[in-house]
Amino acid sequence: MTMETNREAEVRGFHEAKWDEPIIFELSRKGERGISIPEVEKEIEEYVGDGVSVLPENMIRKKPPALPEIAQPRVVRHYLRLSQETLGADINVDIGQGTCTMKYNPKINDVLACSPKVTELHPLQNESTVQGALEIMYKLDLFLREISGFSRFTFQPGGGSHAIFTVASIIRAHHELNGEGDKRDEIITTLLSHPSNAAAPAVKGYKMITIYPNEDGLPDIEALKTAVSERTAGLIVTNPEDTAIFNPRIAEFTKIVHEVGGLCAYDQANANGIIGIVRAVDCGFDLGFFNLHKTFSSPHGCGGPAVGAVGVTEKLVDFLPVPIVDFNGEKYYLNYNVPHTIGKVREFYGVFPVALRAYAWIRSLGAEGIKEVARVAVLNNNYVMKKILKEVKGASVSFPKTKHRIEQVRYSWEQLMKDTGVTTEDVIRRMADFGFHLWTSHHPWIVPQPFTIEPTESYSKDELDEYIAALKKVTEEAYKNPKKVKNAPYRSAIHKIDPSPLNDPEKWAITWRAYLKKRKNWDE
Amino acid sequence: MRKKKVGLIVNPIAGMGGRVGLKGTDGLETLKKAIELGAKPWAEDRAKEALKQLVHLKNKIELITYPKQMGEYTAISCCFSPKVIGTLSGSMTAAEDTKRAAREMRDLGVDLPLFVGGDGTARDIYDAIDEDLVVLGIPAGVKIYSAVYAATPTRAGELAALYLEGKIREVIEAEVMDIDEEKFREGKLSGGLYGYLRIPFQRGYLPGAKSPTSVSERYNQEEIAAEVIENMSDEYYYIIGPGTTTKAIMKRLNLDYCLLGVDLVYKKKLVGKDLNEATLLEKIRKKAKIIVTSIGGQGYIFGRGNQQISPRVIKEVGKDNINIVATKRKIEALHGRPLLVDTGDEELDKQLSGYYRVTVGYGEEIIYKVIYP
Ligand SMILES: Cc1ncc(COP(=O)(O)O)c(C=O)c1O
Repeated sequence: MTMETNREAEVRGFHEAKWDEPIIFELSRKGERGISIPEVEKEIEEYVGDGVSVLPENMIRKKPPALPEIAQPRVVRHYLRLSQETLGADINVDIGQGTCTMKYNPKINDVLACSPKVTELHPLQNESTVQGALEIMYKLDLFLREISGFSRFTFQPGGGSHAIFTVASIIRAHHELNGEGDKRDEIITTLLSHPSNAAAPAVKGYKMITIYPNEDGLPDIEALKTAVSERTAGLIVTNPEDTAIFNPRIAEFTKIVHEVGGLCAYDQANANGIIGIVRAVDCGFDLGFFNLHKTFSSPHGCGGPAVGAVGVTEKLVDFLPVPIVDFNGEKYYLNYNVPHTIGKVREFYGVFPVALRAYAWIRSLGAEGIKEVARVAVLNNNYVMKKILKEVKGASVSFPKTKHRIEQVRYSWEQLMKDTGVTTEDVIRRMADFGFHLWTSHHPWIVPQPFTIEPTESYSKDELDEYIAALKKVTEEAYKNPKKVKNAPYRSAIHKIDPSPLNDPEKWAITWRAYLKKRKNWDE
Repeated sequence: MRKKKVGLIVNPIAGMGGRVGLKGTDGLETLKKAIELGAKPWAEDRAKEALKQLVHLKNKIELITYPKQMGEYTAISCCFSPKVIGTLSGSMTAAEDTKRAAREMRDLGVDLPLFVGGDGTARDIYDAIDEDLVVLGIPAGVKIYSAVYAATPTRAGELAALYLEGKIREVIEAEVMDIDEEKFREGKLSGGLYGYLRIPFQRGYLPGAKSPTSVSERYNQEEIAAEVIENMSDEYYYIIGPGTTTKAIMKRLNLDYCLLGVDLVYKKKLVGKDLNEATLLEKIRKKAKIIVTSIGGQGYIFGRGNQQISPRVIKEVGKDNINIVATKRKIEALHGRPLLVDTGDEELDKQLSGYYRVTVGYGEEIIYKVIYP
């Protein structure tokens, strides 16, 4: 297929690269090397030893690890090819991945983070040599306290879900200190909170109790009253939820949980629509977290490197993981003296480049600028919502009785599917033909045929219009010729994948080793 | 590759009653009435909609069907050259024809019989071949309670195609329901769980179940069973209601059980199998708990398919000792609608309404509302 550049078209043409590119393990050639390291010189060996025999016997591998053996240029080509087969945040108007805040992160902050002053730091360096870095983290903590109302932050957790795990650990430690650790074994969340709010405490061994929304899409307060008991350890919720519906009775929720002795934690991973506007402590929360790799200028991708910054009120400061970055009036230092610390959830004090970007971002905006971020994110969202509902046939908003949305909207293609048979997954694949990424939304799909759009503050009206024009084009096609949409994509690297193996643990292979092992049992 | 064999069984009179305001076409009387009221067969149209989705596989499959309006007409109008087997017993096809067709298809090694009809047709298929084959229903009934039908005829065709092409492999056990249509016409609903048929499963194709479940139905049932067993106490008798979800508990305990009946367990041993109200009341000597799951697509936890757990039994046990279990797929299929009770005792139904903790996984509960209709 040839494609000519058409600068007048409302919707952009796009064709993804396609490479028959094997998995890196399949590229391995015995003996091939990326870098040949010179033999150790005799004098050096005499001085430092062979480098291996200092290790305890049981830690020395008998066999070398089964890593792929590939020359450097082939590695470079491999990953560049793969990168051409993606639709990343910097290549498309990435508002179709609602709940993930795929906004533009100023490149200047990357320049700072990539400076050798940052990249050459070592976490084991003496404190006296990293005063600047510690100062930045200390001050970032102060800024986040101002934004949330909490008393102290840790940057140790390496992501949002990890922050939730940390929150669950602090909740457990708090109850254990009161002698109630075993008794309080339940954590309550809501169905439309981010799924990690339920998943991460479960890893910690908590039993999860989930509240369903009422017909307005709001968590059912009567259900909460049934859920709480002397077994309640805490509440962990997102607000606004993944639908961007803000629970206006949140202070009542936290009160109900406090009354039975539970703690309340606020998932503000995605604070883009409320940053500078809603303070966690004012809603009655005892602890909570921000994803610095979302709202605060680090790209969100692939689970890291990231920071889920956990903040707590005064009464929980003594449980924070160590070390926390502190200041004694003269110098910055790593404080390990935290009486009831939960220990460590990760090594060192957090991913410094991410903290640095957040610091720079906050400094560049100032207090007013931060509120402006939230206002523009909400404005953009309302603009897109009005326009989609007016112009895109077959789309509707979930829980229509509730009027207001904060920073995103969970829409539904239910009508489109009824009229044409075209599903949300079909639309997603067709959008890729126009160079746009769209996704279905988190599990569970209680909204039929869902999709979530989060415009953020960083796209212009023209860009938002272009995205909506593409949605419009796809739905027009669906009404005219549903097969056209159902058979999409036509211009992407991968056409259709069969999701059914995801339901079958025998078919999952998260590592190459697991693949080799499980493959033996597959019939074809 | 061997050509896949697809069966087509159309119950030509399915759905006729509904169009003229009757509630089903079981029984000759109703049928006559329906025809008098001007009902026209529409099952064939529904069958066509489904079959159209298989046309692209025409050269890769062999279509096997019964004569005339039981499938032959539909197949030919969709440009298939079907292999027609069997004979009809009369001009008005009867349940016997459906059953015979299903059995003959099994004997011919058909990979996927498709049947068009409603609850009655599903029961006929179940009577004939039980769980021997993977089958799939194309809905043409009035009000369908059984969970063996795809959401629409088009979805049925698409799902069948995916299964035949080997693109999906998961198969689930889905409920066949028995609703007494006489009582229904009197405005009274009395239904039972009749059995299970095996159908292909893929998100988006079955009614309500439009969501991607992260675990398969079977694994979800296993983890629910593990959770329930972990919390079992020797202080209580456990009344285990019908259904694949509850019986996963019996399987995990290595106990004999009756899929469609009510079993009683004490100290993890079987006290009685397939008990009725009287034997239940007689055998329970201590405090008891009831473990039930919602049955059929409507979300009933009492009053459909488990009437043995009668108002007397429920009162004896007490509301606080009811433990509802349900797979996530079942809950999501309700799309936010509450669970239902209809025990026949209105006072009790009123008492039973309210919020419950429902076990939906290992260490996972939801708070869900129960109402009475
Ligand atoms: C509200 C909310 N909570 C938690 C998370 C989890 O964060 P992470 O992906 O860093 O684990 C996300 C991320 O998408 C989120 O949107």
